[in-house]
Amino acid sequence: MNFEAFRKIENSVFYALLGVFGLIAAAGMGAAYYMESHGHVVTGMTNQIVWGMPHVFAIFLIVAASGVLNLASLGSVFGIKVYKVRGMLSGLLAIAMLAGGLTVLMLDLGRSDRLIVAMTHLNLTSVFALNVFLYTGFFSIVAVYIWTMMDRKMHDYSKYVGFAAFIWRLALTTGTGAIFAFLVARQAYGTALLPPMFIIMSFSFGLAVFLLVQTAMFRWNNRKLDPTIQRRLKNLLAVFVAAVLYFTLVYHMTNLYFAKQTAFEHFILLNGGIYTTLFWVGQILLGSLLPLAILFHPEMGRKCNWVIVASLLVIFGGFAQLYVLLIGGQAYPLSIFPGYEASSSFFDGRINPYNPSLPEFLLGFGGIAIAALITTVAVRVLPFLPDDSVLHGETVGE
Amino acid sequence: MSKVDNSRRLFIGAGAAATAGLVIAPGVTLLDLAHARPAGEAASSTKRWGLLIDSSKCATGCTDCVTACGKENGFGSTGHPETDAQWIRKVELKEIKSGNSHSLPMMCQHCAEPPCVDVCPTGASFKRADGIVLVDRHICIGCRYCMMACPYKARSFVHEEHEDQNPEVPRGKGCVEGCTLCVHRIDRDQQPACVESCKEGAMLFGDLNDPNSEISKRIATYATTQVRADLGLNTGVRYQGI
Amino acid sequence: MSNPAKRRSILGWLAAVLAAVLLAGVLPASAHDEHGDHKVIAKGDKCVEDTAYMRRNHMKLLMHQRDETMHKGIRTTKYSLKNCIECHANPKTGSVASSKEDFCMGCHSYAAVKLDCFECHSTKPKAAGDTLHPIVAPSAQPEGKDKQSSLSGKMRWQMQANLASLNGGEGVK
Ligand code: HEC
Ligand code: HEC
Ligand code: HEC
Repeated sequence: MNFEAFRKIENSVFYALLGVFGLIAAAGMGAAYYMESHGHVVTGMTNQIVWGMPHVFAIFLIVAASGVLNLASLGSVFGIKVYKVRGMLSGLLAIAMLAGGLTVLMLDLGRSDRLIVAMTHLNLTSVFALNVFLYTGFFSIVAVYIWTMMDRKMHDYSKYVGFAAFIWRLALTTGTGAIFAFLVARQAYGTALLPPMFIIMSFSFGLAVFLLVQTAMFRWNNRKLDPTIQRRLKNLLAVFVAAVLYFTLVYHMTNLYFAKQTAFEHFILLNGGIYTTLFWVGQILLGSLLPLAILFHPEMGRKCNWVIVASLLVIFGGFAQLYVLLIGGQAYPLSIFPGYEASSSFFDGRINPYNPSLPEFLLGFGGIAIAALITTVAVRVLPFLPDDSVLHGETVGE
Repeated sequence: MSKVDNSRRLFIGAGAAATAGLVIAPGVTLLDLAHARPAGEAASSTKRWGLLIDSSKCATGCTDCVTACGKENGFGSTGHPETDAQWIRKVELKEIKSGNSHSLPMMCQHCAEPPCVDVCPTGASFKRADGIVLVDRHICIGCRYCMMACPYKARSFVHEEHEDQNPEVPRGKGCVEGCTLCVHRIDRDQQPACVESCKEGAMLFGDLNDPNSEISKRIATYATTQVRADLGLNTGVRYQGI
Repeated sequence: MSNPAKRRSILGWLAAVLAAVLLAGVLPASAHDEHGDHKVIAKGDKCVEDTAYMRRNHMKLLMHQRDETMHKGIRTTKYSLKNCIECHANPKTGSVASSKEDFCMGCHSYAAVKLDCFECHSTKPKAAGDTLHPIVAPSAQPEGKDKQSSLSGKMRWQMQANLASLNGGEGVK
């Protein structure tokens, strides 16, 4: 591989980015401190909506982190050249986004100061505790993976480490999905469909993020993406988006079939207010159908800008989907006494309202900014940018 | 050094335990000397504490048990009910088909197979040997996963700072908490505050493992229900009349 | 261990370790005493263990007691946090940690060791009136919060002493 060919981001752009991301990250940290010192009363979260906006952001970042590694896996595990040169950027983004997501998750804890407790007291029957292993393992494996891709002497091992990373990330996303799949108490969760659905979501969100970042970097470095490569990547994205759509369909269809779940489904699909809107308009229309139309459109699909638009829409749809799943799933009341109408001072039997507060958003965006900061700095100091010149003279296909 | 300390401490502990059991709470211990567990003895799995709640005796609108719990455990309304802790609440039920209505108190059901314990990442949610499900707030990190997992909505997250706690019931910001079955009272052979407060005698506290206890006899005689029995959690709180 | 020379060297080594441990025990204590002619806020004339031992090991005792009470329901009072507060509450503030004058906070802010215990635990002894726990809350307190002056308070010190003697003299100087 020709290392000289890797480009660095221009100076001024670099510092501007550093400033902007730094500021957002600082605002996020400030928000976390504010939440920590005042307690969660200052957020929109309550004893009914237990997990809120920070969790939507954190889970998006964690899911997308595992998905973005897909490119590297396709490269080393399946030996596809176009993806291989993208392996390092994909590994870097994976680490950066996981770090951002975990930061949000940690800072939202009621007792973030007890982080050390979370590391030293592990209850092995908990998916959360298992995830602590999966996350730390992911960091180390991907770090080694990047090393094997970057260091010429290590190239030979790249394939094996890549394979380990591939397995590991499947486990990681399974673990993330299992956080919800194991919640038997709530109607939105407690189904074995969630882990595979999370995996397919990770493919889609991850690739969308990758496309965005890649395009941005190519622009700043005044480089053009080979149209053939562009076409392949956007087709891949379309396939993933369609797959998520399929899983969504199955999820809701099975629920509709179970009589005890129909009321919940009616809530999400028909009369759930914001959740119904976010589902149909956010996830289905803007987040799935529209990007599919763009990506498959004979004209638009070839334009770099439209692919960017499609990626942004997919990311937006991802947030909408997670919001509906997470918040919508909690807004719908627990069915403690099936067959009865329940009411109490603790809001039994009622749809629970949720008004996300500014600090929650700031914390969430702070997590994204941290991921962006890590990426910006890393790309500056090490040759992470994909260099397609190595592909010249070869066919871009397999 | 630490080894020496330890054995010394154990020795002291044993000595203190032996005496403490007798002297610590004379007013209480003497009442029921035969049953009291000495202060220095660990709770044991020969017991399983539970409650039997007779909803037919529980009056709609009566909140004596809720008030007593708040007084005992030191919480009340702060003005924002969505974030207030509620270890116990009165639930009004109306059967959708028949209109048949019930009123009953809901609290932690002290499951034998508690989902909150399974999901807790640090082991802060745990079940004591005598079946009481508790949160060790010294290692709770406030992730709220247990609240997501609990089918009974029995746990509350402490959303803001508290002052003037009852010295026997420490509570504070950032941790999850729930009904402790008044463990501090049980450990000195008293009944939970809610049980004691119920003038209708709708709540019965006792040892589910002892076939001769009043609660076991009642459960053996009458039809009782576990809430969400379909989940198979084997709850320590049983209901009669629903 | 059949070789006497070896045994002797082990004994020597043990003695050295013991000496080191003792020194370590004395040094910080005296260092602390130098730092001021402070008067320890406490009732009674001795702590639940030697003062020097307490200074260095109170956290271990507390943490151990904490886990014993929390997980096993062991409710011995000797090392209970409630017990520390009974004796160490400042007569002025009625608390162990409401100001820097108070016992726990005073030393901790000097030592810059953060204490989060009192976010949850009451810093004050159980109020008079709640007399379920006679030892913890003496029923009559004519002179404010000073329990030593009340009968039950006196009985309490007596009991502490009894406990100590039962423990083979531990805690008695
Ligand atoms: C988030 C709340 C919280 C914090 C912070 C906390 N505790 Fe506790 N503590 C509790 C609860 C709840 C109990 C159980 C009380 C019971 O069952 O009687 C308890 C019990 C104890 C006990 C046994 C009861 C007693 O009075 O002896 C000790 C000792 C103890 N804690 C020590 C500590 C120490 C030391 C700290 C600070 C390092 C601390 N705790 C911080 C909530 C807390
Ligand atoms: C019976 C009353 C009593 C109880 C109970 C008690 N203390 Fe003490 N404590 C004292 C007295 C008196 C002293 C001062 C002894 C001296 O001056 O040598 C003292 C000294 C101390 C010191 C050394 C202070 C210094 O500045 O040198 C510490 C630390 C301490 N206690 C901690 C505790 C803790 C922790 C507990 C609870 C486990 C506790 N005490 C319970 C009476 C008590
Ligand atoms: C003589 C000074 C002194 C007094 C008085 C004192 N402490 Fe400490 N305490 C310390 C020091 C110094 C440490 C740190 C020791 C270390 O880290 O090795 C400490 C540590 C602790 C710890 C462990 C903290 C941690 O995070 O590891 C707890 C808990 C604690 N003290 C509780 C108390 C309580 C409760 C009181 C009042 C009853 C008290 N202390 C009074 C000096 C004191």
